Amino acid sequence: MQLGKVVGTVVLNNQNDTLHGVPLLLVQPMSSSRQPVGRVIVAADSVGAGVGEEVFFVRGKEASFPFYPVEVPADAGIVGIVDHWTIG
Amino acid sequence: MILAKVVGTVVATRKDPRLVSSKLLIARPMDPNGKPEGNYLVAIDTVDAGFGETVLIVSGSSARMASGMKDCPVDAAIVGIVDEIEIKD
Repeated sequence: MQLGKVVGTVVLNNQNDTLHGVPLLLVQPMSSSRQPVGRVIVAADSVGAGVGEEVFFVRGKEASFPFYPVEVPADAGIVGIVDHWTIG
Repeated sequence: MILAKVVGTVVATRKDPRLVSSKLLIARPMDPNGKPEGNYLVAIDTVDAGFGETVLIVSGSSARMASGMKDCPVDAAIVGIVDEIEIKD
């Protein structure tokens, strides 16, 4: 899992049947020092995250597991909202 | 998932039988501001996307989870046509 910050939202007007009702958020992956890492991705949200919040997300097929038994075609999914973290 | 712009089509007569009658498009990944980034990729279209449209692409094994793609040999599928992108700095 990776840390990221929600920076925006995506709205689709025509989507694959299994994506209906799934909120999609733009996530900027970040390091533990809150520096942006890599490119912004689109992630399916299963925890009700909002813009500006720090979250952790999974990549790969596991991103669709929160929506089981519906098979959502997602390769990135927000699975938690971070309250705080400490290192060391 | 990544945002991309459809920039072309691919026509293939000989292909895996499970890909027969599916539409192949060439897409260029882009950032939320519309700036192209990364390499072109070929994706199966599941939503009737067209040339010049901004789309959502799911890659890896998740691409097979799009409806109609079960057991198909694909690693990138277009699963949505983007209506609106909102970014807050």
